[in-house]
Amino acid sequence: MTWEVVIGLEIHAQLTTKSKIFSGSSVAYGAEPNTQANLLDLGMPGQLPVLNQAVVPKAIKLGLAIGAEIGMRSVFDRKNYFYPDSPKGYQTSQFTYPIVDKGGVVEIEMDGEIRKIGVTRAHLEEDAGKSIHDAFPGQTAIDLNRAGTPLLEIVSEPDMRSSKEAVAYAKKMHELVQYLGICDGNMQEGSFRVDSNVSIRKPGAPLGTRTELKNINSFRFIEAAIEIEIERQIEIIESGGSIVQETRLYDADKNETRSMREKEEANDYRYFPCPDLLPIIITEADIEAVRATMPELAGEKQARYETEFGLSEYDAALLTGSRQMAEYFEALLAKTQDAKLSANWVMGALSKSLNQNNVAIEDSPVSAEALASLLARIQDNTLSGKIAKQVFDAMWKGEGSPDEIIEAQGLKQITDSSAIEALVDDVLAANTAQVEAYKGGQEKMFGFFVGQVMKASKGQASPAQVNGVLKAKLNA
Amino acid sequence: MSDKTILGKHEVDTISRLAAISVAESEVEQVAEKLTSILDLFAQMEKVNTDGVAPMSHPLDQVQRLRPDVVTETSIREKVLKLAPSSEDNLFLVPQVID
Amino acid sequence: MHTLSIKQMTEQLKARTLTSVALTQHYLDRIEKFDGELNTFITVTPELAIEMAKAADKRLDEGNATLLTGIPIAHKDIFCVDGVKTTCGSKMLSNFVSPYDANVVEKLKAEGMPILGKTNMDEFAMGSSSESSYYGPTKNPWDLKAVPGGSSGGAAAVIAAGLAPMATGTDTGGSIRQPASFCGITGIKPTYGAVSRYGMIAYASSFDQGGPMTRSAEDAAWMLDAMAGFDERDSTSSEAAFNACSANLNDSIKGLKVGVPSEYFGEGLNADVAKVVKNAIAELEKQGAEVVEVSLPNTELAVPAYYVLAPAEASSNLSRFDAVRYGYRCENPVDLEDLYTRSRTEGFGAEVQRRIMVGAYALSAGYYDAYYLKAQKLRRVVRDDFSKAFQNCDIIVGPVAPEPAFNIGEKSDDPISMYLADLYTIPVNLAGMPGMSVPAGFVDGRPVGLHLIGNYHSEAKLLNVAHQYQQTTDWHTQVPAAYK
Repeated sequence: MTWEVVIGLEIHAQLTTKSKIFSGSSVAYGAEPNTQANLLDLGMPGQLPVLNQAVVPKAIKLGLAIGAEIGMRSVFDRKNYFYPDSPKGYQTSQFTYPIVDKGGVVEIEMDGEIRKIGVTRAHLEEDAGKSIHDAFPGQTAIDLNRAGTPLLEIVSEPDMRSSKEAVAYAKKMHELVQYLGICDGNMQEGSFRVDSNVSIRKPGAPLGTRTELKNINSFRFIEAAIEIEIERQIEIIESGGSIVQETRLYDADKNETRSMREKEEANDYRYFPCPDLLPIIITEADIEAVRATMPELAGEKQARYETEFGLSEYDAALLTGSRQMAEYFEALLAKTQDAKLSANWVMGALSKSLNQNNVAIEDSPVSAEALASLLARIQDNTLSGKIAKQVFDAMWKGEGSPDEIIEAQGLKQITDSSAIEALVDDVLAANTAQVEAYKGGQEKMFGFFVGQVMKASKGQASPAQVNGVLKAKLNA
Repeated sequence: MSDKTILGKHEVDTISRLAAISVAESEVEQVAEKLTSILDLFAQMEKVNTDGVAPMSHPLDQVQRLRPDVVTETSIREKVLKLAPSSEDNLFLVPQVID
Repeated sequence: MHTLSIKQMTEQLKARTLTSVALTQHYLDRIEKFDGELNTFITVTPELAIEMAKAADKRLDEGNATLLTGIPIAHKDIFCVDGVKTTCGSKMLSNFVSPYDANVVEKLKAEGMPILGKTNMDEFAMGSSSESSYYGPTKNPWDLKAVPGGSSGGAAAVIAAGLAPMATGTDTGGSIRQPASFCGITGIKPTYGAVSRYGMIAYASSFDQGGPMTRSAEDAAWMLDAMAGFDERDSTSSEAAFNACSANLNDSIKGLKVGVPSEYFGEGLNADVAKVVKNAIAELEKQGAEVVEVSLPNTELAVPAYYVLAPAEASSNLSRFDAVRYGYRCENPVDLEDLYTRSRTEGFGAEVQRRIMVGAYALSAGYYDAYYLKAQKLRRVVRDDFSKAFQNCDIIVGPVAPEPAFNIGEKSDDPISMYLADLYTIPVNLAGMPGMSVPAGFVDGRPVGLHLIGNYHSEAKLLNVAHQYQQTTDWHTQVPAAYK
């Protein structure tokens, strides 16, 4: 018996601003509790909101990137509900007229095939505060620093058919908002949160009842949570039960979802236009101004890397996999002027060290500038590729600039031909039997001699020159 | 909508829950009666045909003004926590919320 | 001293024949003497008043005073005043000491106006009699059996009894004009957006508007000039430049077209009130105004539309009173729901509870279109009626309320009859246009006001007409015998 899985995602992306969406409070992460909540954020009587101008172009950017209609007249509504971390008793959001309207599409690749995922809408709203349930016995504590942080809620169509597709879409959106520079994508700090709406049905049947999995902060857990939720739903339906529409929490430790025991009937949010705010009007000129600042997106970059730099599709895709990686690569390339060399190093030694040490590329201890100065020593034949890796490791450990390390460790490549000739002569004199064998026709012995010379030079001899001198002497 | 909407206990309960205001069992009838009479008043609105009339949310013919993205506020925690009915460690306290 | 006009007071203050401290103390003494029976103040702030009066005298001495420096004022308890208890007439905020100043308070503080205290009002401005105050009803100085009107009843009574020379009020559905009418004083509700709502505790945000309550139109013009103006902290603050009102007071009203809507003189209007209003219109004609008939055909439907929209907004605006960050909290809540429900049920009075519930219902699933959306459409219809009428006239005149002040307790158990009595004031709030009440006579010893309604941003015109009217009448100078 096969079930079709239907998944739609609601993604809350925190917009990168200095201040809150309706107040001049800071949105810096990690401040002392309740030090970043002003009178408005605290819901004091008589307080009024004024919209932060930074959020509007950021929302338009997303709309343009996904090809959606821009809401030329969007309206803030109030979503009414009581909860202690919602200080006004309502959340200011956009319900009927969102700033990013229908028509958005995001492409994901699944097993070599392109799948198009529709984006229903994206709207501006304010974040709630934080409830702390475990600090005081019998009580919940409230920190309102986060209340009023600007969010863009991006709502997809129920177009995904597996947990893998859902994660691929979420990752794509994660990459996109960072490329656009509208969200820092930090999932640990809650800057990018994913709610999944999951249901199952027989193929062709109408949509089944969905459950919502809220606030999962890693892609791995999103996939696991959806998987376990699908299993749960199948089990219930196949044993004759029915799904209750509800919000469920994912418990990563137990790998299970459980009901938040919400009173479903309580969810009558009584949306109505917020009378303290007026419609946001966007003109064609506003849109064109934003369009002029649109950064090159991943797909465009990848294509350019292939045609302009002659990189393979694989390499280009890898390098544009995140905005930070592409930025690093481009900064490196600007100095080295050698795309292939730069690509090999970013995907090779650098990525390896980043992965091993679990460091993000933007936090790399070896900056693009530093790496460029190392590669310059390959380009001017000071270093062989192999020795350069040794220098890179030292740079990673913070032992200094490439030149300092080369100097300190005496790693300079030997290019002096008389010195190389002397090395070759020593090797040939010490291995007369092998020389005889080579001359007797065993030409594969050539590699042996190269190896011996390089070893004798501690890897510092120029391999090209060693080859040349060896060939001349052996064939003399 | 029918000409007369009469509210009963169920409706009063629903409204009371949405409003987070309780209505004592003994007062339900009286509250229902008063609310019903207000709904009767509302029903008069049907007298006017408003087809094609755009709803008016606001008397002001202006668009939303935008504020520069600048941090203008500093902490007022000491001042406002004094107003809180219950707080500890600089946090507002409420009875335990069970998730 | 308390019967002087503001102009006379400022002349004496500027001449230094009168000090602000003496003037302020005079009013504090009168409050001490009369407030017990009138219950006009929720909070009196004598220390603050004297301290501010001293600062005002210093400015007057130094010659850097503005027009209103040194004139004491009473603020409606809906305006937040930093460090002063601000209750909005509610038990919910009985312990709320505001941590900040409302824009209006800030502006009038900057003028150097000593604050006498906070005036009584219907709880959260929901009412037309000031009886719904948690702090007990205010009495009408003209007749202690009568209500002063509401919601700015305390402010109106304070002016009528000479307990302050100036007072702030707010008007959401008539809350400045109706008490002004009932107490025989002058009050103006400006165009929506003219006076900042920052720090004015919200009842219905798209209707609420602050304004002056004074003896005369001239006093009101001076005060409005000081109160009004763009405020960047209020998104609904009008960006149009505010036209100074005091400059045009002396313009002749010859040729002024005065629109009289037949709908304002229908069945429900008390015949004696109608007579007072007609006499006032005749007085305007005598001064050269021309009366034209206009029609506001949907007047009657403004009442239900308002009583859908204002409670809907209120139900949401008052959700912040949840006993978490400030305000009244019930004893020993057993859980979160109990905290919310019991605090709100104990903290809000009956009328506030009723409007919150009605508003929540009007917005709830299944009723939104029939109630809320329908009312919003009617709002536009009512506004368009006014716009059409103003094509044929400069101002519209009529009664403020169908009857003079009623007795305390007379209507308190009958919300519908109270609502219906707002039928002349409410349409003006739906449209967001300015309106004012000017003392025009008495019925059985109780004052009756003349309602002047203007097109958007025509406060200066309304105050000019009122001032001219007050040049040939003396209703506004009359003082109840007990408070002379």
